[in-house]
Amino acid sequence: MGELGIVVPAVLAGLTTGAIYALVALGLTLIYGVLHIINFAHGSLLMLALYAAFFLKTLWGIDPYAAVFVLGPAFFALGYVLQRGVIWPASHGQDSMILMVTLGLSIVIDNLALALWTSSTRTVDLPYAFAVIDLKLALIPLPRAVAFVAALAAAGLLWLFLARTDLGRAIRAVAKERLGAQLVGIDVRHVYAMCFGLGTACVAVAACLLLPTFYVTPQVGHAFVLVAFTTVVLGGMGSMEGALIGGLVLGVVETLCGLFLGESLGQIGIFAIFILILLFRPTGLFGGKSA
Amino acid sequence: MNALLEVENLVAGYGQTEILRSVSVAVAEGEIVSLLGSNGAGKTTFNHAVAGTLAPRGGLMRFAGKDRTGAPTTQMVAEGLIQVPEGRRVFPNLSVRENLWLGGYRRGSARRTDNLARVVGIFPRLGERLTQLAGTLSGGEQQMLAIGRGLMAEPRLLILDEPSLGLSPLLVEEMFGLIRGLNAEGLAILLVEQNVVQSLEIAARAYVMENGAIVASGSAAALRDDPALKKAYLGM
Ligand SMILES: Nc1ncnc2c1ncn2[C@@H]1O[C@H](COP(=O)(O)OP(=O)(O)OP(=O)(O)O)[C@@H](O)[C@H]1O
Ligand SMILES: [Mg+2]
Repeated sequence: MGELGIVVPAVLAGLTTGAIYALVALGLTLIYGVLHIINFAHGSLLMLALYAAFFLKTLWGIDPYAAVFVLGPAFFALGYVLQRGVIWPASHGQDSMILMVTLGLSIVIDNLALALWTSSTRTVDLPYAFAVIDLKLALIPLPRAVAFVAALAAAGLLWLFLARTDLGRAIRAVAKERLGAQLVGIDVRHVYAMCFGLGTACVAVAACLLLPTFYVTPQVGHAFVLVAFTTVVLGGMGSMEGALIGGLVLGVVETLCGLFLGESLGQIGIFAIFILILLFRPTGLFGGKSA
Repeated sequence: MNALLEVENLVAGYGQTEILRSVSVAVAEGEIVSLLGSNGAGKTTFNHAVAGTLAPRGGLMRFAGKDRTGAPTTQMVAEGLIQVPEGRRVFPNLSVRENLWLGGYRRGSARRTDNLARVVGIFPRLGERLTQLAGTLSGGEQQMLAIGRGLMAEPRLLILDEPSLGLSPLLVEEMFGLIRGLNAEGLAILLVEQNVVQSLEIAARAYVMENGAIVASGSAAALRDDPALKKAYLGM
């Protein structure tokens, strides 16, 4: 019972972190799977969303969970406009150029954040921050439980959208057969921007769920984006199921490594997995399947 | 007969290379027109320039009497100019049903259920495989799916780029029968084919393209008897 007594809570805590990783990675995967580019600005957009949620709380008293319904749509619109108004025109449709543009965007956003908000670490005070739920085997902090359920719900909604709606089908069609999609009259540029918008909305939702138990700095996105890249690779590039399961797995790996190797070494496990996957199974655990 | 598609002196190409130099082609309502030419002549390039997937660099295109030079594919599809492309281009990761459903994405979306039933009536093999992923269909089945997907958009002009490519002789026969049948219902068809003899049998008129230019045109019957063409394309 002694071992189990610490492992079970760690696994549960890992799953709650993992659900956030999964949501961030789903956004990245959707953009990768359809536009075939790695969005280097993903982490910066997460940081921006964290600041947005932070200021909504501190300036207007809007609870981060309520902010989901403001920032989700707002960041969807931001992503849509970024893709259609900046990334596409600046890259002339060339993939290698898009990489440079998203990299440039991330540098601009990061430095803007540093200039506007300094490098100091910020957190919010919430009445429920230390509330817990007793699951008999373990105590789960309430905000983590909320994050877990809400992140999975967001992933489920995204899946439903892709599986059941006309635009969702169009997105999956563009992912694998762009010319065919054009020939049925799908507006590929609109689909690209939709995916960028949805991917950006994913990080906004993740940010709102994260803020109650986390902090904000201009660099905060980097840690998440590295984990998200690992998740995307682990899950098989472009596979949505893979990203979801990969995110959960990495969350658990991180807390278990933290538990047995020491808190500060938690992320070592993640990067060990990253290297091992690249060496031995570059198509990922779910490689071949797709959105 | 009323002209449905009128292309005049069309110029198009990729990057630095100009492929189509000055191509004029017309298709009337309800007509089958055959576009012939050896490999690399520019037939597929022409189709893409007409369908809007390749921006023309010069010339003029009218569809249903309106100037549509350089119009985007979304608009051409909405107006009923539908291309079934070379190489099928079905969505491999989507089911047969989803592929067909997406055929009605831009046009005919209000009557998708009826149109799906009609397509399944034409291609019963697709009806037996509605839940199968398109990527797992045989080549011939994928060709049927590509045509079925095109029909879902209620075409006014159907452009078929090598629909019989890779089909068994029996299926080629079926394919030509199908094209004739669609045309009998009033559908205008621009047909690009390697099967010159069969194409000229079902077409009313034909054009011959060489190196990005039309080198011969006329009624299919007249072209069939043209000694130079016989030598070049029919091996006689
Ligand atoms: N995307 C492209 N970029 C550059 N050149 C191209 C491209 N597509 C086609 N071409 C070139 O344009 C010329 C015409 O090609 P096209 O595909 O139009 O010929 P085609 O008449 O359809 O031939 P086939 O009967 O073999 O299908 C060829 O020389 C080809 O190499
Ligand atoms: Mg061709």
